[in-house]
Amino acid sequence: MKPSTPLMESLLGERGTRIFLSVLVATAVLVPVLHLTFDAGSPLHLSSYTMTLIGKYMTYALLAVAVDLVWGYCGILSLGHAAFFALGGYAMGMYLMRQIGTRGVYADPILPDFMVFLNWKELPWFWQGFDMFWFAALMVILVPGLLALLFGWLAFRSRVTGVYLSIITQALTYALMLAFFRNDMGFGGNNGLTDFKDILGFGINQPGTRVGLFVASAIALGLGYLACRYITLSRAGRVVQAIRDAESRTRFIGYRVESYKLWVFTFSAVLAGIAGALYVPQVGIINPSEFQPINSIEVVIWVAVGGRGTLYGAVAGAVIVNYAKSYFTAAVPEFWLYALGALFVLVTLFLPRGVVGLADRFTPGSREPVPEAAKA
Amino acid sequence: MNASTALRQGWQKVFGTGARSERPIAPDTTHGTILYLEDITVSFDGFKALNALTLYVDAGELRCIIGPNGAGKTTMMDVITGKTRPDAGSAWFGQTIDLLTLTEPQIAEAGIGRKFQKPTVFEQHTVLENLELAAAGNKSIWATLFSPLTAVQRDRIDHVLETVRLQDRRDTRAGVLSHGQKQWLEIGMLLMQDAQMLLVDEPVAGMTPQEVERTAELLLSLEGQHSVVVVEHDMNFVRSIARKVTVLHEGHVLAEGTMDQVQNDAKVVEVYLGE
Amino acid sequence: MTMLALLPSIASAADANETFAQALKPLATASFQEKQQVIAAIAATRHPNARPVLSALLEGNLHTRDADQRIFIVTEGEEGLALTDPLMLQAAGSAPADEFTKITTNNQLRKALRGLIAGFDLSDPDAEVRLAAVSEMLRTLDEDGVLILRQRVAEESDSKVRSAIETGLALADLDNEDAAVRLAAAVRLEDSLSPDVYNRLKELTGRGDDGAFNEPDDQVRAAAAATVRNIDNWRSIYGGVETLFFGLSLGSVLVLAAIGLAITFGVMGVINMAHGELIMLGAYTTYVMQLLMPSHIGASVVVAIPMAFLVAGTVGILIERGVVRFLYGRPLETLLATFGVSLILQQIVRDIFTANNRPVETPAWMAGSWQINEALSITYNRLYVILFTAVVFTVLLIVLKKTTLGLKVRAVAQNRAMAKSMGVRTEWVDALTFGLGSGIAGVAGVALSQLTNVGPNLGQQYIIDSFMVVVFGGVANLWGTLIGGMSLGVINKVLEPFAGAVLAKILVLIALILFIQRRPRGLFPQKGRAAEG
Repeated sequence: MKPSTPLMESLLGERGTRIFLSVLVATAVLVPVLHLTFDAGSPLHLSSYTMTLIGKYMTYALLAVAVDLVWGYCGILSLGHAAFFALGGYAMGMYLMRQIGTRGVYADPILPDFMVFLNWKELPWFWQGFDMFWFAALMVILVPGLLALLFGWLAFRSRVTGVYLSIITQALTYALMLAFFRNDMGFGGNNGLTDFKDILGFGINQPGTRVGLFVASAIALGLGYLACRYITLSRAGRVVQAIRDAESRTRFIGYRVESYKLWVFTFSAVLAGIAGALYVPQVGIINPSEFQPINSIEVVIWVAVGGRGTLYGAVAGAVIVNYAKSYFTAAVPEFWLYALGALFVLVTLFLPRGVVGLADRFTPGSREPVPEAAKA
Repeated sequence: MNASTALRQGWQKVFGTGARSERPIAPDTTHGTILYLEDITVSFDGFKALNALTLYVDAGELRCIIGPNGAGKTTMMDVITGKTRPDAGSAWFGQTIDLLTLTEPQIAEAGIGRKFQKPTVFEQHTVLENLELAAAGNKSIWATLFSPLTAVQRDRIDHVLETVRLQDRRDTRAGVLSHGQKQWLEIGMLLMQDAQMLLVDEPVAGMTPQEVERTAELLLSLEGQHSVVVVEHDMNFVRSIARKVTVLHEGHVLAEGTMDQVQNDAKVVEVYLGE
Repeated sequence: MTMLALLPSIASAADANETFAQALKPLATASFQEKQQVIAAIAATRHPNARPVLSALLEGNLHTRDADQRIFIVTEGEEGLALTDPLMLQAAGSAPADEFTKITTNNQLRKALRGLIAGFDLSDPDAEVRLAAVSEMLRTLDEDGVLILRQRVAEESDSKVRSAIETGLALADLDNEDAAVRLAAAVRLEDSLSPDVYNRLKELTGRGDDGAFNEPDDQVRAAAAATVRNIDNWRSIYGGVETLFFGLSLGSVLVLAAIGLAITFGVMGVINMAHGELIMLGAYTTYVMQLLMPSHIGASVVVAIPMAFLVAGTVGILIERGVVRFLYGRPLETLLATFGVSLILQQIVRDIFTANNRPVETPAWMAGSWQINEALSITYNRLYVILFTAVVFTVLLIVLKKTTLGLKVRAVAQNRAMAKSMGVRTEWVDALTFGLGSGIAGVAGVALSQLTNVGPNLGQQYIIDSFMVVVFGGVANLWGTLIGGMSLGVINKVLEPFAGAVLAKILVLIALILFIQRRPRGLFPQKGRAAEG
């Protein structure tokens, strides 16, 4: 089951992939070093805020890679991938909540604060086991994975495609948002899960822990990227792209199109879940607004801006758009929606291959925008 | 070892790829007939695209099907390949395989290949990749994900590339091929599928006379090992390859026989002249 | 106060006034017990001024002048008390308050007074006043009251008042010592839906604290129980009707919101994510119309309908010409681009009108509700929304079936290439179709402005629901949207009491995802070869 050596070579065969991986490794090494070895006064010092921000971008990038796999390669425009991201995040958040223990406001050793506040006496069954990291980690994969499996099975089996599929994925995340907003659901309602104290015994705000989370995000992004790259280069990847381009033709030469779609969709959902799980300890909160339909659509625009069907384009897009968002919402907040809206329109009209395609067209052989943005 | 087997079995259960690693049972053609279509009726909104169509195709036969527009030729192919489910009738592939219970990929795996009227190749893929996609073999996710092509498959691709004269184009994107080359590539994909039965919808549309001639040669060379059903409008082409011709009209068989018999059939003349 | 009680059998005004004055006089000095008889005597004169005098007494406004024991109706004025002569009901100047003594009342008296006043109101020509009087009397029903009511019921012409009286009398009969009377009353009450009756009968069927039945007679108890069951049935039927009504009105909103979407999606295969924002523009147009004509709120809403159609339709055509037409055949890209447009429209509205909700007034003719009976009332705004939807739907149906534009639109929907080759200018049809769908969205916005808050997020709230309607109903024809929207509305409202609003919505979404398992292209799919494309 090991990939053959030629395949391993071709994994790194693309220029975009090589550049992306070099930048990723450089970032994963340099950022912690700059953060830890220089004092706050030094001009070379990189603040904890900046490191966390880049770490957050990396989890977004992993989410974007997941979306690119289903959309760019398989042609499934999922408008609900942020739901899988959020579910992974909630699984991690539940672990972090259980770690708080008696340090909560109500100092209940078992129940998180919001349950005490709601006058609950016992931990609900679905919170059992989340005090153990391995269990939570398993759930980070299983919950989004199984939901995607069930949903995908229902949708693909009945050959729901195109915009119909996009709409019901949006309905899925909308339904989850409504559900998680309810206090009775037992996930903290409106406020979500927050006030985390530590992870695996390390204080969540300790510089060391922050660096650890940052490096973990970088590794997850790298591995997730390589896994997707492996898939796209394998014969299965060519089948998936064939499904994107001519679904019924693929069926007539003997491929079980529904199975392939289901598998890609599920795999992608799991990646999204992992991204969410790494996102939550870095930003320190998870709440139902992560399920908002607009979040999922925004992920799609990251991919479109970067250039779909390339994977590294998705990474570039996630970083560029989120950097722009951080910048604009701080500097001219009322301008951000115009910018985002214009981005949707302009990219679909004039940049179907995204920034990556633009870079390829105008400056063949030059550096691609990934490293520029990733440094920011 | 055990865990890996269990994992694999679970995988196959969920992704529906079980029991497909070896070639599926070949159609049982001991009675000499490979395709049985009996009393097939398909209606769209009250319009009967097929009206109690009954048609048999012999193993190894090259059959041409002609008929005016709307006679039901494409719908018939849709029924055979599982795209359209008939309202009534039965469709058997050999003695034992009931086509009406199978999905499109299962039918393809059972050994029926189809070339569409409009050439549909995978335009974003290279010629080589197109053939590779079509190659007979295990088409489960597990196999395509983890095992590369076998040497046999690679040899076969080289062979087919030569047959369809696309050796020089193996790494070209299919989208940039000429119309005739796309037709050829699609025929090449049919060959890669190693199908027992080939359904070929208008194979020579848009081809140059030389290309038409080569196509005729190719189809004739398949006769014997494969059953081939050709739907075509080009009467000269049909005449050049046909042994037996079936005329469809308004969803059922109007006449069947040699080209000469069919051309002299009063009903056929009326339908074609009346058009 | 107007005094219009016209009572017959008054021989002469002077005689009557004399009798009335005599009856009134003892009030100045009577004890509480005597006052009971005095007020009964006053009432018995049937004098036109008896009612205002009695109600003045009830309100503590009847005073005696210490000097001569004359009785006056008084009101607190700037300089002491303003006096009114009870005989003539004419102003009689004013005087310092310390020259007067209030005629006091106790609980028992006040109770009696209320009953007597209600007795007067029973003959008021206004049925509403009579109805209020009946309910007042029923609160403190004594034997006299029963007598008055019995008299009244015979001559009462208004069916509502009569049935209220009958209900009251039957309730009174339930306390009768004779079991047969009680039994008859329990049976007679079976058509009543009033909560008073229900509670009273329910009480009869139960046991008291001592364990004995509240109603000793088995037969009466059984009849009461049967009546309670009957009322329960009726109540649940009316409850069902009400749920259905709520469902239909929600469904109408959904249909209005979705129908424009169904047109653009069905005809052009275009998913317009900015559809919700076009609805929002319609709602804001209503707001602007009200700003422009502040003194004609009722008319402004009517004027807003064509204006909203124009505004949203124009914006729609701009979107089609500026963005959508470059993306035909690429539905997923269209979806993303129009989503971008929706963000821009939202922000524009935020910049012009701020992010706060804007107050849109409801015209008087849409306020209030129609009380059908005690268990069922229907609010006018919901009723109008249903009617409005029916009108919009019919107009659209006619436009699509009977006009040249409709013919062309349908031709393009069925076979774009063929329509083009037949000389239909498909570009023009596309733009107009998009404009039509968008204009309808604007009209939906006018309706929504009357039902919900008008703010920049208005569109987002309805866009997913609208899509659900389209997915459920299918895109083949408008009836699919109508049936789809109405069913979703009703299902939602039926589920709400059991599951709560949010969970009901979630359940509907899940049900819909399961539904498209069976019918991936909705209730009314496009059929035949065309559907494969």
